[in-house]
Amino acid sequence: MDSTHLEALAQEERDRQGKYKRRIFCCTSTACLSAGAAITHNTLDQALAQCQCDEEEAEIVPTGCMGLCSQGPLVRVEIQNHAPLLYGNVSADVAQQIVTEHIPLSANEEDALDDDSIDATTPHDFMHLRASGAKKSLERFIIPLDSPFFAKQVRVVLTETGQINPEKLDDYLAHDGYQALAHVLAEMSPEDVCEEILNSGLRGRGGAGFPTGLKWKLANQELASEKYVIVNGDEGDPGAYMDRTVMEDDPHRVLEGMIICAYATGATSGYLYIRGEYPIAIRRIRRAIQAARRRGILGKSVLGTEFSFDAEIRIGAGAFVCGEETALIHSIEGQRGIPRIRPPYPTAAGLRDRPTVINNVETMANVPSIINKGAAWFASIGTDKSKGTKVFALAGQLRNTGLIEVPMGITLQEIVYEIGGGVPEGREFKAAQTGGPSGGCIPKAHLDTPIDYESLRQLGSIMGSGGLVIIDDSTLMPDFARFFIDFCVDESCGKCVPCRVGTVQIREQLDKIIGGNAGPEDLDRLENLCNVVKKTSLCGLGQSAPNPVLSTLKYFRDEYEALLKVKTADVTNN
Amino acid sequence: MIVPNKTATGNQHPSGDERFKKIDNQLRRLKYEKDALLEILNSAQELFGYLSEDLLIYIAKQLHVPLSRVYGVATFYHMFTFEPLGEHTCIICTGTACHVKGANRIIEAISDKFSISAGETTPDGLFSLTIARCLGSCGLAPVVVLDGQVRGKETPETVTRRAWEIVAFSKDKQAEGS
Repeated sequence: MDSTHLEALAQEERDRQGKYKRRIFCCTSTACLSAGAAITHNTLDQALAQCQCDEEEAEIVPTGCMGLCSQGPLVRVEIQNHAPLLYGNVSADVAQQIVTEHIPLSANEEDALDDDSIDATTPHDFMHLRASGAKKSLERFIIPLDSPFFAKQVRVVLTETGQINPEKLDDYLAHDGYQALAHVLAEMSPEDVCEEILNSGLRGRGGAGFPTGLKWKLANQELASEKYVIVNGDEGDPGAYMDRTVMEDDPHRVLEGMIICAYATGATSGYLYIRGEYPIAIRRIRRAIQAARRRGILGKSVLGTEFSFDAEIRIGAGAFVCGEETALIHSIEGQRGIPRIRPPYPTAAGLRDRPTVINNVETMANVPSIINKGAAWFASIGTDKSKGTKVFALAGQLRNTGLIEVPMGITLQEIVYEIGGGVPEGREFKAAQTGGPSGGCIPKAHLDTPIDYESLRQLGSIMGSGGLVIIDDSTLMPDFARFFIDFCVDESCGKCVPCRVGTVQIREQLDKIIGGNAGPEDLDRLENLCNVVKKTSLCGLGQSAPNPVLSTLKYFRDEYEALLKVKTADVTNN
Repeated sequence: MIVPNKTATGNQHPSGDERFKKIDNQLRRLKYEKDALLEILNSAQELFGYLSEDLLIYIAKQLHVPLSRVYGVATFYHMFTFEPLGEHTCIICTGTACHVKGANRIIEAISDKFSISAGETTPDGLFSLTIARCLGSCGLAPVVVLDGQVRGKETPETVTRRAWEIVAFSKDKQAEGS
């Protein structure tokens, strides 16, 4: 299939969608499913069938994440020529009501709509009921779409998330899907693509922030009979689910970015390495690959050109360290996921010792937009050194929790108090934790810091993959630091001594402090130990494992001091 | 020592268990590449629920790799288990968001009620308690998966009550059957 055929399919799907007067979108992502969205979706389907209305009246579309997970299950109703309505906490009852209220029974519905006077004989038209004030019960489930939670966001990676049926390739096509790939194949040389990505300023969204275009360029310049592309979907940070959402809810965007990367670097095959804990993501990516193969988007002669590329899934089996690229490569090779010393970097010698580009899911998902809208457009979003947007999984003690995409440079203040709606009544904000077990805690005093790679590092934290957990005054920081160290002790692969032994020692030291058996000298010892582990570990896991301890020691030292046993001076006085 | 068979095909598992045939099929699809070890272990875990010694030996033989390597890889990853789980399972998420929202209290409550620690199964084989690092439903923390059903905003009381009811139901059924 070539690009004209692609455009025809897209148009066909757009026409199909356009014929429905109403489209009712039901979020079926993992978060909403755990709030009961399967029942909601079922009820919507059944209620629509019971209506026995014309087919054009409405369509129920299962979609991905709409963002405000704490209010799930979410349902969005789009009526032609009307602003969309978003409903939260949609139980089966509410779902039933949504269908009966929005879908008219009679064919003379349109006439009634033109009529200014409110007619009580059309009880099934929501607009009328709203105007007459009769439909108060459904109204309280409406979430205003102009609230700061939505208004403050900029959607690049999540453009189609929550707008399309992730299991339908045509739906993605109708939203300009694979246009970037078609353009790249027809108009750009691989070097042009690398240059474009480099100019956009896109940096790795897995946390470290290496310039993506540079990585591609390095791989492009390697001479090898075979090169690989790997998408890193081993999102291991507890408290982070951005990559899972993108894979589940917009799998073709990830694939498109991956294929463009393959073209730019000269790779002919690739792997999507996905956490075993994400069964829905695995299923959707698998379906996306099959659909893309059927349409000639993957496989021999991509979109009818001379370029060939195919992708496969590899399932991770639960090892945090596999997020590290060399460990991930070993895992794909069927070995223990243990990192090795770099250089050589994977761009020179990666999978099976061939040049390999490894990019995070979110990084890949940015690529189609950069090609479609241009490097300059992308570079206009964000700060001087950090371009574009970042997706965060906002969780913890906040009014609004869920998935957000914000421009780089936004302050934590805006995220916590405007998007997140602040901490619930009666509680007090204490710290924002970014970067999971590799990151740190940012106290209230630094809330006005703009979020980008450099400023977060300066504060002793990291951007990380995008987990953002808000802690209130009910959490004690030494306990919290211990929680993360405990995680790293479990997840240390055991290859290098500083990480294997050091993390255990840090945990013992913390236990001594928390147990009230430590003196002031133990705090210095702890700090020292952390610095040694940080400076001497082999890979990112060990190098960043002490961050939660160091950052809490820096900003919340008083909490550690309060736990120290009575000072020696007081003991001798007794 | 495991002596590799000369041909990969034609030496099926003596039990004739259908699940071994499925593993053979996948082995063929992956062309018996040593790279495929993790894939095969994943399928085996899914098909059998846990990796028995017999199963590991079988995989080592079919892939022509030493048993020590199969064992080394299998024990490295958290998702592989080496003992069967109970009839009912309760997975408690202990990700950061669930942690700050009190996942530990749920674990304590379940441990108390069933007298087992995390990672253990009750002696009657009816109930297992396991811990997950993060299920990624952080917006609805704390999250608990009871018999495959994921639920958010849980409390120690709601989880223990439901778990107790499920197990009590199974006990009743057992009593009826005997």
